[in-house]
Amino acid sequence: MDLALLLQLTLNGLIVGALYGVVAMSFVLIYKASQVVNFAQGEFLLVGAWVCWWFLTEWQLPFYAGFLFTLVFMTLFGLVLQVVVLRPLIGEPVISVIMATIGLGIFFQALMKWIFGVFAKPFPPIFETERVSLLGLEVQTVYLVSLGISLLIMAAFGWFFTASKHGLAMRATAFDQQVAQSLGVSVPKVFAMSWAISAVVSSVAGVVVGVVNGVSSALSFYGIKVFPAVILGGLDSIIGAVLGGVIVGLLENWAHYIDSEWLNWGNMFQIAPFYALVIILLIKPYGLFGTKNIERV
Amino acid sequence: MRKLPPKETNQGGHGGVAGEEPILSAEGVSLRFGGVKALTDVSFNVRKGEVFSIIGPNGAGKTSMVNCVSGRYRPTEGRILFDGQDITKLGPNRRAGLGIGRTFQNLALFGHMSVLDNIMVGRHHLLKAGFLRGMVYWWGGAQREELAHRAEVEEIIDFLEIQHVRKAQAGTLPYGLRKRVELARAVALKPKLILLDEPMAGMNLEEKEDMARFILDLNQEWGMTVLMIEHDMGVVMDISHRVMVLDFGRKIAEGLPEEVMAHPQVRRAYLGVDDEAVNPAEIDA
Repeated sequence: MDLALLLQLTLNGLIVGALYGVVAMSFVLIYKASQVVNFAQGEFLLVGAWVCWWFLTEWQLPFYAGFLFTLVFMTLFGLVLQVVVLRPLIGEPVISVIMATIGLGIFFQALMKWIFGVFAKPFPPIFETERVSLLGLEVQTVYLVSLGISLLIMAAFGWFFTASKHGLAMRATAFDQQVAQSLGVSVPKVFAMSWAISAVVSSVAGVVVGVVNGVSSALSFYGIKVFPAVILGGLDSIIGAVLGGVIVGLLENWAHYIDSEWLNWGNMFQIAPFYALVIILLIKPYGLFGTKNIERV
Repeated sequence: MRKLPPKETNQGGHGGVAGEEPILSAEGVSLRFGGVKALTDVSFNVRKGEVFSIIGPNGAGKTSMVNCVSGRYRPTEGRILFDGQDITKLGPNRRAGLGIGRTFQNLALFGHMSVLDNIMVGRHHLLKAGFLRGMVYWWGGAQREELAHRAEVEEIIDFLEIQHVRKAQAGTLPYGLRKRVELARAVALKPKLILLDEPMAGMNLEEKEDMARFILDLNQEWGMTVLMIEHDMGVVMDISHRVMVLDFGRKIAEGLPEEVMAHPQVRRAYLGVDDEAVNPAEIDA
């Protein structure tokens, strides 16, 4: 038993899990507000990370400016995507909308490869010290900062949905669009806003992962990882998404530990969350926090 | 919210006719769903400050008519004017912004939200602080604005006597209270015209009396024009200034409550031609 490794991996799990949680949250946001299952969520990370990389390397902007511009760009990106691609699909069958988002995913995947090439490119160094030691554990500075950012985003989400006018309108729209409209809420605006927020928040995660691992199309794999997290938590629960993300992050890293200590199979940790997904769906089909659809006859 | 003194012309009860000026006009409204004619050439005016009821047998098109006014349906033909403005092509949220509030026949509260949040959604279009100003809550007036809104919301809550449940989850409340919360949410919009789709359906006598009192107060003290669908004839006769009767999507009568009730076609629509309860002598009269 290597206790230090276990602790290290647990910490990594929490940090990566928080990132999964953030992406899962933005996925749930779109699902809740506009009932669209967004298969292009991972590409939001990808686009965000590449755009930020581009600002930093080609334009030589300082990190904070580049990051801020990325956020602005992603806001517009989300808005345009919703208005141009998804708004015309309102009222169409769910499968058409899903196909459209899968198509978007493939499109942006290819577009990014075309523009930036197929190889991973590293971010310029951003923090003075690469790693800090925390209670004897080595942690990458960017991960620590990312944990802070994740928590900040979660708190902001919490505030947004409980206390702000638009958050309330969004919850109302998620519950019943027609009633929300009768109370003066513009549903198309709410849809557009949910896509914009989702794109921005995902891109933050994209930038963080990009800084750690370099930017490459592997980033969009996060979009797939989000599924076990979201389904674990329940498709329509924001808190569930966060917890699901953390659980998936921990599972991954614990599987990694078990693998490296005893099994030595190699890449088991990558698929462990999906096994967990299957098992959880068997036991709790609505996820841990999802709404049960009870049909009354 | 400022309380308007009861209008001279608006005494409530039988025959009290509000101002002549229409706040809502439907002109030749027809609504078809494929081959089904839900409404055929319906025209009527709702005058400023009155309680106007739409009655009719099941499937007569009452809710369809209200949905045309609220914007949920768009009439196939005809126009709808509100406050002199043609609103036929406006979406429901724009109409809400102009001052048309509504409640629904089948309760449509946001069940997972608290009563207070439900009502705050009704304030949506009145809250001016947008996203950015909301983020810097303490600066730029967002906080002041929210406090002012909360004060008005509390007044509505007091008025509808739902103080004791304001923090409760709306979905957990008993039926009568939920109806009241739904009314509070519509009132929070500060509408000039409020559409009530069967506000008393499924209520017991006591709850009905309360609701009738609330509607009269809204009309007389808060100065709201009320357009109401209701099946309880006793209530309709007691609180409406004027009544319109629909049958199979057509308007068959309009006028003061007692005029309408005496109308032979109305009696036929409600009771059937051969029903014993219809006294032939009365129809002739």
